Amino acid sequence: MRNLSLNLLLLALLLALSVLSLRFGDAPLSLGEVIAGLFATGSEEQRLIVQEIRLPRVALAWLVGLSLGASGAALQGLLRNPLAEPGLLGISASAGLGAVVALYFGLTALSLWILPASAMLFALLATSTLYALTRAGSTNLTLILAGVALSSLAGALTSLALNLSPNPADLQDIILWLLGSISDRSFDDVRLCLPFVLIGLGLLLVSAPALDVLALGEGEASSLGVDVARLRGLIIVGSALSVGATVAVTGTIGFVGLVVPHLLRRFVNYRPGRLLLASALGGAVLVLAADIALRLLDTPKELMLGVVTALIGAPFFLALVLRSRRDML
Amino acid sequence: MSLLEIDGLGVRIGDKALVRDLSFQLGAGELLGLIGPNGAGKSTVVKAIAQLLRYQGQMRLQGMAIDTLPGRERAQRLAYLSQDDPIQWPISVRDLVGLGRHPYRGSWWRGGGRPSTADRDAVESALRATDAWSLRERRFTELSGGERARARLARALAVEAPLILADEPFAALDPRHQLQVMALLREQCRRGVSVVLVLHDLTLASRFCDRLLLLHQGARFAIGSASEVLSSDNLREVYGIRAVMGEYQEQGYILPWSCEPSASVTPEAGQRATATVTPP
Repeated sequence: MRNLSLNLLLLALLLALSVLSLRFGDAPLSLGEVIAGLFATGSEEQRLIVQEIRLPRVALAWLVGLSLGASGAALQGLLRNPLAEPGLLGISASAGLGAVVALYFGLTALSLWILPASAMLFALLATSTLYALTRAGSTNLTLILAGVALSSLAGALTSLALNLSPNPADLQDIILWLLGSISDRSFDDVRLCLPFVLIGLGLLLVSAPALDVLALGEGEASSLGVDVARLRGLIIVGSALSVGATVAVTGTIGFVGLVVPHLLRRFVNYRPGRLLLASALGGAVLVLAADIALRLLDTPKELMLGVVTALIGAPFFLALVLRSRRDML
Repeated sequence: MSLLEIDGLGVRIGDKALVRDLSFQLGAGELLGLIGPNGAGKSTVVKAIAQLLRYQGQMRLQGMAIDTLPGRERAQRLAYLSQDDPIQWPISVRDLVGLGRHPYRGSWWRGGGRPSTADRDAVESALRATDAWSLRERRFTELSGGERARARLARALAVEAPLILADEPFAALDPRHQLQVMALLREQCRRGVSVVLVLHDLTLASRFCDRLLLLHQGARFAIGSASEVLSSDNLREVYGIRAVMGEYQEQGYILPWSCEPSASVTPEAGQRATATVTPP
């Protein structure tokens, strides 16, 4: 019951923040105006602001947050490591590289779907590589280092593509996109990632009961009837689909998958499987809240969402490492 | 009829044979001690029975070929306790023991997420049997070594399987806790559960086990009662030791005393089987 009430609480928070997010911006709207805009009963301007500008932004915040929160929790459960996270492990950066490759070689001219497909493929490669490493009996430290290496490699190749990019206008676009943002997106962007995010989240969520049992280690989990290979496949493909697809649309947004599971774990009695749904909802709450905050901040230029989450997340990661450094080494 | 029949078990990793042509049977309510030097293949045998490794040979549990049983049915018939204790998350002891009910869990689309009355009863009786009832609200990672062993054993008992495979469940325990765990397993056997137990302590093996299976370089060296298996000749040949043997209160004890200088050193000695877990 306690678990259910936590999830309901997070859902309520998410809905409240969604309404707030529809209200704030360059032209603040009252609650009545937001409702009028949503149902197209007010002015055309209100309808335009709410439906075309702010609603896709809210929808993307949900999708990004759900993806990152659920993937973070699932990867931590699978690798049995509280520092596992799509961003830190280089999965997001690899997805970013995949998207840049698709843009650089002009593959997106063939079909718009090539962009998320390429991002998901690269994310899948990164996730599988990391899993292969942990299978070979690596410690927390080697896993994180492997993630850093993957991130650096993906970052270097992305930079190479930017370096060689013939068109400065493209360059500007790619850099802005790499910083990670959900502003100025349309429902076309939402549609581009929605199916993959939903499938990915579905795969992650059905793995929850088995993920609880995996806390006992692979041997005992297998003896309890858990199909470990299937579980691994579900989580690797699920994370790659959901993270890859959202990165293709929003760029890389880091640390959400690290911070959220860590904050919520105690409320689900530290059970890795139960953490999944709570962490997904919590991820969406965090992304929405950060996206609202950066609009309220009086900065000369609107901050990019990826920059804000990194500014919050990186010190958090450092604190986590310092606190657990004895266990890590 | 035997609960477990093993016929011609062989495990190879690459071109190295970890276990060779091993056959034995286990009766209902029997406590079989699996002993032998490091690298003799004890853990490998237990993992093979738990279907965690690829192997050759036949294994029948309650008359049925284990490898053809669906995962869920196999899991209800066989509880496995690994040698290492890899639990990282501070989950409560009650939740940990509850994981032992996973084989009985219904699919989520049929509302299988909630523990049934049978699940709750099994968890409670497992906690009481292992004297871990008072630990039920504690976090596993905060427990002492002895408490951890009891909690993990309760997890295995909660499966209510007719066969328990325990790989050195008291590697890190003090003598008192070792005796406690042995008495606990003995009590399970009295209730009809069969146990295959990997252990190193020869006195505990001879006192508490019904029969001993002595492994040497992956093969069966001797099987039978403690007095038959733990002869000075066998100890010298397999372990390369001399031991002091005696009796106290009509039960035998064995104190490993000195290394046998002329003993042939086994090439595998000291190497742990590094077989990887392969899902069945």
